[in-house]
Amino acid sequence: MSTITFRLNEKNISLEADPASRLLDLLREDLGLSAVKEGCGEGECGACSVLKDGVLVNSCMVPVGTIEHCSIETLEGLRETDEGRCIIEAFADTGAVQCGFCTPGMVMASIALLRSNARPTLEEIKVALSGNLCRCTGYDMIIKGVQLAAERGDGIW
Amino acid sequence: MMTKKISDSIRRVDAVDKAGGYTQYISDMSFDELHYGRLVRGLRSHARITHIDLPALPDGYYFITKDHIPEGGKNEIQQIGTDWPVFADDEVTFYGETIGILVGPDREKVLEIERSISIEYEKLEAVFTIDDGLAMKTGLINGTNNTYADYHLNKGDVDAGFARADQIIEDEITTGFQEHLYMEPQGMVAQYVDGDYIITASCQCPFYLRKAVANVLNTDKEHIIVRQAVTGGAFGGKEHFPDIIAAPLVVAARVVGKPIQVVFDRKDDISFTAKRHPSRGIFRTGLDKEGNIVAMDVDVTINAGAYMSCSNIVLQRAIFSINSVYDIPNVHVRGRSVATNAFPSDAFRGFGAPQGIFLAEMHLSHIASHLGIDPASYKQRYFISKGDTTITNGLMHDEVKLPLMLEKAAEASDLYEKQRLYATGSGKGMGVSFYNHGAGFTGNGEKEIIKARLRMKKHRNGHVDILLSNVEMGQGLQTTFPKIAAAILEIPMEDISCDNPDTSIVPDSGPTVASRSLMVVGKLVERASQQLKERWDESPEVEVEVKYIHPEGCQWDQETLQGDAYPTYGWGVCIVEVEVDPATAEVETKGIWTVHDVGIAIDEMIVHGQVNGGVIQSLGYGSLEKLEYKDGRFYQNTLADYMIPTSMDFPMMSSQLVDNPYENGPFGAKGLGELVFDGASAAFADAVQQAIGKNINRIPVTPEYIMEVMNS
Repeated sequence: MSTITFRLNEKNISLEADPASRLLDLLREDLGLSAVKEGCGEGECGACSVLKDGVLVNSCMVPVGTIEHCSIETLEGLRETDEGRCIIEAFADTGAVQCGFCTPGMVMASIALLRSNARPTLEEIKVALSGNLCRCTGYDMIIKGVQLAAERGDGIW
Repeated sequence: MMTKKISDSIRRVDAVDKAGGYTQYISDMSFDELHYGRLVRGLRSHARITHIDLPALPDGYYFITKDHIPEGGKNEIQQIGTDWPVFADDEVTFYGETIGILVGPDREKVLEIERSISIEYEKLEAVFTIDDGLAMKTGLINGTNNTYADYHLNKGDVDAGFARADQIIEDEITTGFQEHLYMEPQGMVAQYVDGDYIITASCQCPFYLRKAVANVLNTDKEHIIVRQAVTGGAFGGKEHFPDIIAAPLVVAARVVGKPIQVVFDRKDDISFTAKRHPSRGIFRTGLDKEGNIVAMDVDVTINAGAYMSCSNIVLQRAIFSINSVYDIPNVHVRGRSVATNAFPSDAFRGFGAPQGIFLAEMHLSHIASHLGIDPASYKQRYFISKGDTTITNGLMHDEVKLPLMLEKAAEASDLYEKQRLYATGSGKGMGVSFYNHGAGFTGNGEKEIIKARLRMKKHRNGHVDILLSNVEMGQGLQTTFPKIAAAILEIPMEDISCDNPDTSIVPDSGPTVASRSLMVVGKLVERASQQLKERWDESPEVEVEVKYIHPEGCQWDQETLQGDAYPTYGWGVCIVEVEVDPATAEVETKGIWTVHDVGIAIDEMIVHGQVNGGVIQSLGYGSLEKLEYKDGRFYQNTLADYMIPTSMDFPMMSSQLVDNPYENGPFGAKGLGELVFDGASAAFADAVQQAIGKNINRIPVTPEYIMEVMNS
């Protein structure tokens, strides 16, 4: 165990953790952030997506030891912001949500995309979502959700 | 007040909570003193257990086996049959069968103990394929001939038909396993509290779970309470398989006296859960001089695995689907579900229909290609119409709108112009499939077995509860059920609740399967709402209960499988355009167009979501999702080697609906959740065979397989 200091959802935090343990477990089990889902545990499905220093990562593949002094953002920290609300509302309006298990990760991937590219093309959206698997929707309505969020979010992104 | 049409889309009631990550799934829920359970599995395909070497267990840790089943309880899970035991009974009959369950308060410690359990076996011979099972290479697994069922369907006079044949076309077509890959893995928590067993589960069928474990515990069903947890996708994979987890878990819960959670990790979920049945169709079809079909003889087999589960019902749907949308004269179909030492296969969206339809669509395409006729044109000759005879000698009651649907799909895709431009074997191809799906249970299952009941309750404050046992698993029922009620009661959606079922509260309106929920149970919501509306002012609190009423004119004999197999059908046309790279055999899908008849859409956005998701899942089945059974186990068992479609794999699709109201569905709606899976894989394979100019005989159509076909 060692002391890990990082920024979580805009707050500084310091705690004792095994540096080899997964960021996913730290977030879900020690910090109770259950919007971060475990879909595969092997970095393939994107359900556990978070932002590490603004970059989309699979938290199941991130050892806790590597987040020292980093900024970690989860959906809990973003869902009440203009960015988070914009995506969530757009997803609800386009039918992007079915079983919902992949959706928090999809929202995170969409935020990561729109922050770096406020008016993405269809192809850019597809690429940005390609690390997040969904088995219910066939993706079209999620893609439309991102397009709608881009349209509506003029000035946010 | 709802003044809009019922089909006009509204926001799903669960969308914002799910997208915001507020929704709690089973692995997110808190329980006091939660313990962790791991199923300890027999990692042999067929073997006698000779010794289990268990390390000394620390205090508070338990290894639960068949010896812990309560007195009078049975080591058998009550499914359709009772052959699948809770714990392997001295012998393991497939790779991954449950032997025991290890339980303790610390998950890491449980895993550590699991690694140090050593099980010794005496190896027995095993069979994995349909042919080896039928040949009884290792003796009997089930019955007298290693089948769970051996059905025959006869329509017309097959011998007389073949006597008129000018030529006979033979074909052998196969389909593979498919993994459900719901994004939320299997999971549940069981606890034993004051004589009651409480199971909180990600599941489709709370009352199935209750029935499955009652005999194991030797207790009344009322002492088993099943609460559905928010279910992160299921597709049939959470229909019966949760029984297999719940049965050992409740035995453990009684011994341990603490809540115990079992959540599969992804590798376990792919390695050790049931899949879609692999199938094979062997066709002999007689043609007259004009190329018309005069007789067809089909041998359908499915690999059922080591226990029966629901394989025979899947088989029934597979053989009923062999003529799907066609009225073909003089047909004999034999169907067998074959016992092997493979992991038992089970329900998966479509439930045998995708297999039957794929086999039939490809065979008819092969006949058309042989005759030099465009497959879609050839198939149209045999479109079934209202009043025609079905393959089970029942009556087609539906008005069949396939010609109109084909016209719409052809126009949207520019089918005929592209067919003219893309010569057979040019590397570009247009594939077309036609399909239907019998909505609801086979025959008289609703009347004889399910007997659905539903209650609605108006509270003093005017709030209405809909009490039923069907679950929201992504398909939108918690929006569509209240939407039906709101439209009739003329009250806002917000004043109606339809919560996750708890078997101690809700009546049994049946399982969430067979594309029955919206059509059959939704009709009960409609009727209960009408009654409630009439009695609204009777008193401050009003409760109504309605029971299923069987549609008049639907006759069925389950013994002979004769009559009206389904009360009605959903219908579909799918067109897929592909381009095959001649060097790599990689396929690029250039376009997808569908037209469906789902009666009346209760919510167009939800319907389009089902269409989109079902079609892409079917295209995955047809193109990417290779799942091999090698060395007696699933060879692909991670998301790195079992490929499902990503956002990059297919283009955005065009989907249209045609209205065709069904009188026994709410507002005219029919079941659709499985229909939308049934045909796209065949359209994809058909497009590839047009593009390469050679017959495709199996799915998935991978580049390796295309290369093999092109080089043959």
